[in-house]
Amino acid sequence: MPESGTGLDVRGMIAKKRKSASIRTVVEKLVPRILFGIAAISVLTTIGILLTLLTETVIFFERVPFLDFFTGTKLKPLGEEAVFGVLPLLTGTLLSSAIAMVVAIPIGLMTAIFLSEYASEKLRRTLKPLLEILAGIPTIVYGFFAFTFVTPLLRSFIPGLEPTNILSPGIVMGIMIIPMVASLSEDAMSAVPNAMREGALALGATKLEVTLKVVVPAAISGIIASFVLGISRAIGETMIVAIASGSSKNFTFDVTQSMQTMTAYIVEVTGGEAAAGTTLYYSLYAVAMTLFVFTLVMNLVAQYISRKFREEY
Amino acid sequence: MKYVDAAQVQKKMGTRLLANKLAKNLFFLSTLFGLIVLVILIYRVVAQSIGWIDADFIFNKLSTDPEKAGIMGAILGTLWLMAVVAPVTMVLGVGTAIYLEEYAKKSRLQGFIQTNISNLAGVPSVVFGILGLTVFARALDLGSVVLAGGLTMALLVLPVVVVASQEAIRAVPQYLREASYGMGATKWQTIKNIVLPASLPGILTGVILALSRAIGETAPLVVIGIPALLIPLPDGVLDKFTILPVQVYYWTTDSALVAEYANLAAATIVILLIVLFAMNSVAILIRNKFQKRF
Amino acid sequence: MAVLTMTETKGKLAEEQEFSQAEKKIVYGTKDLNLWYGGDQALKNINLDIYENEVTAIIGPSGCGKSTYIKTLNRMVELIPVVRVSGEILYRERNILDRSYKVEDLRTNVGMVFQKPNPFPKSIYENVAYGPKIHGIRDKKILNEIVEKSLRGAAIWDEVKDRLNENAYGLSGGQQQRLCIARALAIEPDVILMDEPTSALDPISTLKVEELVQELKKDISIIIVTHNMQQAARISDRTAFFLNGEVVEYTNTNSIFSNPSDKRTEDYITGRFG
Repeated sequence: MPESGTGLDVRGMIAKKRKSASIRTVVEKLVPRILFGIAAISVLTTIGILLTLLTETVIFFERVPFLDFFTGTKLKPLGEEAVFGVLPLLTGTLLSSAIAMVVAIPIGLMTAIFLSEYASEKLRRTLKPLLEILAGIPTIVYGFFAFTFVTPLLRSFIPGLEPTNILSPGIVMGIMIIPMVASLSEDAMSAVPNAMREGALALGATKLEVTLKVVVPAAISGIIASFVLGISRAIGETMIVAIASGSSKNFTFDVTQSMQTMTAYIVEVTGGEAAAGTTLYYSLYAVAMTLFVFTLVMNLVAQYISRKFREEY
Repeated sequence: MKYVDAAQVQKKMGTRLLANKLAKNLFFLSTLFGLIVLVILIYRVVAQSIGWIDADFIFNKLSTDPEKAGIMGAILGTLWLMAVVAPVTMVLGVGTAIYLEEYAKKSRLQGFIQTNISNLAGVPSVVFGILGLTVFARALDLGSVVLAGGLTMALLVLPVVVVASQEAIRAVPQYLREASYGMGATKWQTIKNIVLPASLPGILTGVILALSRAIGETAPLVVIGIPALLIPLPDGVLDKFTILPVQVYYWTTDSALVAEYANLAAATIVILLIVLFAMNSVAILIRNKFQKRF
Repeated sequence: MAVLTMTETKGKLAEEQEFSQAEKKIVYGTKDLNLWYGGDQALKNINLDIYENEVTAIIGPSGCGKSTYIKTLNRMVELIPVVRVSGEILYRERNILDRSYKVEDLRTNVGMVFQKPNPFPKSIYENVAYGPKIHGIRDKKILNEIVEKSLRGAAIWDEVKDRLNENAYGLSGGQQQRLCIARALAIEPDVILMDEPTSALDPISTLKVEELVQELKKDISIIIVTHNMQQAARISDRTAFFLNGEVVEYTNTNSIFSNPSDKRTEDYITGRFG
């Protein structure tokens, strides 16, 4: 080293430390193993969920025949003559989800179109964080809103609407899902290259025509995936329905009536501290398993759609 | 022969432009719809809470008497819950992210764990509640205490932290790793001294967002069996506890019996939203301050 | 031609070197080195000896394998997962491609300076102290000495001595690159590999780095990849010309520029391609 003169021997010092650096070799071998163990916990969580649900569900089906459960239109979990048919819960779940998607799909998609195709960069940067706030509101707050505001509001022009019903939580759930559909669809549309838009615009197409005939078809897989994820979210949503849809185990398609979803059933049964070992207790797991399978299938479908039909621009 | 009839095009252009204009307005109104609901929701909650938020409400213990009831227990419970969730989810989330990004990059194992994490993110929170109830509360016999709830919540929000940490780690430029390796640093030294400090802001943002998700969740804790009327204040991770959203739940469902409970619920929501807003602001501040440093 | 005027001034120096060549020690010996990225062969049968206390330049058009070669010398290529290597690279007579050779030991002796200045997002002080610290030197006093000595060695001490605790990203590009050289110097390397170290710098900063290289070669062997032929002519003692993964010509810088023996070398240095 030029003009050092200090008599420092860094290389010598390093060489000396090197000899005692066997700890470092051990650490270097140990760390990836520890990290693997940590990463495995997420897999163990999935396995844990599956195992807990499966073992208890099996016991449930030893007591209640499989077919009776899935075709039974009567659910009366308490009392001497308990009946366990899951159809009332399934219709409750599917109806509320359907209502939610009737709200979330058109509004979410139109919001996405506005943000991606029409809004100026500045407007978009103002609107997106506001929508993120909507997405960040805890579901319990939506439940409170459905119960204390939307239901009374709806009752003022739907006279037959019960104080707890599936319509109001369905609508509110839809509002809650709007940001999710909008944001995922917008991502898909923003990924469509500008050259495709310019090609159509240069032919004299209006913005609307470009959007509907070029952008939306090009981004369709991402858009559909966002719908499917939205449905999955609606099926799994708990607090809004637990508060606002009541606990009647009606088997009906009348949305003005009080109905229970699978999620609300789980909350009700665990809240009542079902004694371990009773059929009621095991029914919790059978319903949770059904719920889990539904949402898992939805998520896998969404992943499949966005992977399989990933646009190659 | 001409294929394009100019006169025809001219005539249709008016309608086409009108359609475009109408559609634009419709799309704009749709965007506003969500925001209008947001405004109504916040207005309603705040209006209903007026007169109910005061020092007594914050510092009192729970009570069946709406005039005396306070949320100190739920506030402390929320803090205790965070004290469990934050370290657990940070260690698990960052550890998983490091493993996936630095050690198992592009392996089949990475793909498997990654798929598993995105599926885990889609599992309804109420199902995590069942896991917590069965494993932590019953099998490990913890009961519905802070530790059981915290571990359940940590697993629930784990995907948020993993994904955010992965993005932050991926954003650390390769040339910084190369510079470190070039000095003779080992892989772990490089991760510990270069990659983690550089990705810390992104990781912290993820952890804060995960925490705010955790303290806004209700279903898993209700399922674990948090009592509706818990008066003693929690004093450790092995104490029974309640948190703000769970309190909102019980007060809302009981408002059919005592109408004032709805006001208490609204007041609790206002406090909860303020806490969440503060946490998210911090996360955004961190994100903006450290954005695009490379 | 610009190249010729440059080499004329170097003529005398080159003669002196040729005279002393017999005594020069070999730092790096490369024997039948082949390297593949997946199915593509990037280096073909490289045989090259690099001498102590010299500046060895590696020139050639983009994609000729010159960067790959220099990154093989400290096994940095291994960061790319699909790389396969055959042959031998002897550093101080030990084959670094041998599995038992610890890559950290190699890189502690062989420093590297990259194409783009890549200081860590830390203070100037911490950037230089990084190497000594990871190698176990913790004594604050010693670290201070090392930092000062390295920054002086990289001719940047006077510019930064009053702001050692400021973030390195506040420095100009040229200063950042000299900081990176200081960072490499801090662990007293035997060799420094430079991968187009001035390609991102302005002419004045380039000149400073070039002067620095001349100064450093008194103690350190330097291998520099460059696509700037004038630079190779100005600062190197020996030059290797790479083309399509092969060494076309490797000899004294003076003779390669004044009297290339291969037609392809001549075409390249006279600017007919590349």
